[in-house]
Amino acid sequence: MGLLMPDPGLVFWTSFSFLTLLILLRKYAWKPILRALKVREEYIEFSLKDADQAREELRKLSDTRKQMIEASRLEREKMIREARDLREEIIREARTAAEAESTRMIEQARAQIQRERKESLSEIRQQIGLISLEIAEKILKQELASDEKQKHVINEYLNQVNFN
Amino acid sequence: MRAAGLFFFLIATILPLQVNASVAGEKSGQFDATEMIMHHIADAHEFHIVTYTKASGEEVHISMPLPVIIWHSGRFHAFMSSRFHGGKNLVPVEGAYLKLYHGKIYLTNVEGTIHYNEKGEVANAKPLNFSITKNVASMFLGSFLIFLIFGTAAKRYSKRGGLAVPKGIQLLVEPIILFVRDDIAREQIDARKADLFMPYLLTLFFFIWINNLIGLIPFFPGGANLSGNISFTLTLAVMSFFAINIFGSKHYWKEVLIAPGIPFFVKIFLVPVEIIGLITKPFALMLRLFANITAGHIIILSLTSMIFIMQSVYAAPMTILLSLIMYSLEFLVAILQAYIFTLLTSLFIGMAVNEHH
Repeated sequence: MGLLMPDPGLVFWTSFSFLTLLILLRKYAWKPILRALKVREEYIEFSLKDADQAREELRKLSDTRKQMIEASRLEREKMIREARDLREEIIREARTAAEAESTRMIEQARAQIQRERKESLSEIRQQIGLISLEIAEKILKQELASDEKQKHVINEYLNQVNFN
Repeated sequence: MRAAGLFFFLIATILPLQVNASVAGEKSGQFDATEMIMHHIADAHEFHIVTYTKASGEEVHISMPLPVIIWHSGRFHAFMSSRFHGGKNLVPVEGAYLKLYHGKIYLTNVEGTIHYNEKGEVANAKPLNFSITKNVASMFLGSFLIFLIFGTAAKRYSKRGGLAVPKGIQLLVEPIILFVRDDIAREQIDARKADLFMPYLLTLFFFIWINNLIGLIPFFPGGANLSGNISFTLTLAVMSFFAINIFGSKHYWKEVLIAPGIPFFVKIFLVPVEIIGLITKPFALMLRLFANITAGHIIILSLTSMIFIMQSVYAAPMTILLSLIMYSLEFLVAILQAYIFTLLTSLFIGMAVNEHH
């Protein structure tokens, strides 16, 4: 039964040691250690949250970029389409204008030509008339240089003339 | 670690070793295993280091004397236990003499007569003994080691505001501290209140564990059966009793003292049971630790005694193997009992302080 009898001296020293150790460790060990563990845990948690947030932001950013690229692509296509349309429009208009102009010019030219032909024709006719007259005069002068010939022509004409 | 080395060096140099010689023939006869075991698990006023027998047949005991502090007739008497010369000498105090008898100090007359009562127990009066006994010395060593380990670790934790990469001793203590915090304290006690009890639970856990381990070291300065001493476990159980009840919630005390919602005639029985329960919880803690550690020491010592009981060296391989197995088991028990004591304290604290069950 000696084993089961508490010894006041040992009870005292155990209380003394344990309480001293509790106070000392509380101040010099547990507080810094537990605080450091807490700080580290919070830091890790915060970092993880931060990383998540950063990832989310990156995702958003890349989404925005994609959207912007898409938008700019659409814009570019639109512009190209518009430019093409505009070009075609311009070309069409230019063609129409040119055609109209050329038609007009051709008409004008044709009219000019017509007119000039007419003019030249009448001039030619006049010339021909004059030249014919001169030729006729010359021929007449030549043909009728002798009297015999004059007689002959007169006869011939007279022969041709029907006296009916 | 350097501090620990210095500590042991100081002990080794200051150590005024006591050498007592006795003739081996004196204690001739049968080897008494019970006496040997009881002597080993009991407290002592000297720290036994080694005993050997000279060629002349003279037994030499080398031990470290420890301070004796006695409160007698209104004042303290302090001297080294070597003054008893292993119980052969008496130390005079006012009106009486102190005698060291089987590891305990008694008041005797000038002849050092020991009286026995009818049960065969020593009837002499015992003075109030605050000596630094073997157990107390072992406890000081344990406390110093604990403070050294966790003080060193704490210094490391203070670096870079606690964000330094853990290394060295931190890696050793951190998993255990986290285990005590997460699996013992926070598991049982509401998270907000658990932190309040952390210093107590951590100190309790490591105090029991380290002292258990020192008790398992088979040579000086270990081997004291401190955590298997009822005074030690009683003190810790009383501490736990206060830790459990001081912070008890209103709800908890109502449950204990009024037992609401229970018929009156049941209350008559239940309330006393509950009040007794306040005491039995720490009482169980006290007995469990005491019994487990003492039993472990007894088993290992018994196995070793087998060689001497059988008086045959051929018993040695078997007993050594069994001791080895028991030692492995005791290392497990050392941490297991620390865990159980802390866990149950934590559980009872949780029952007392938690808002809802």
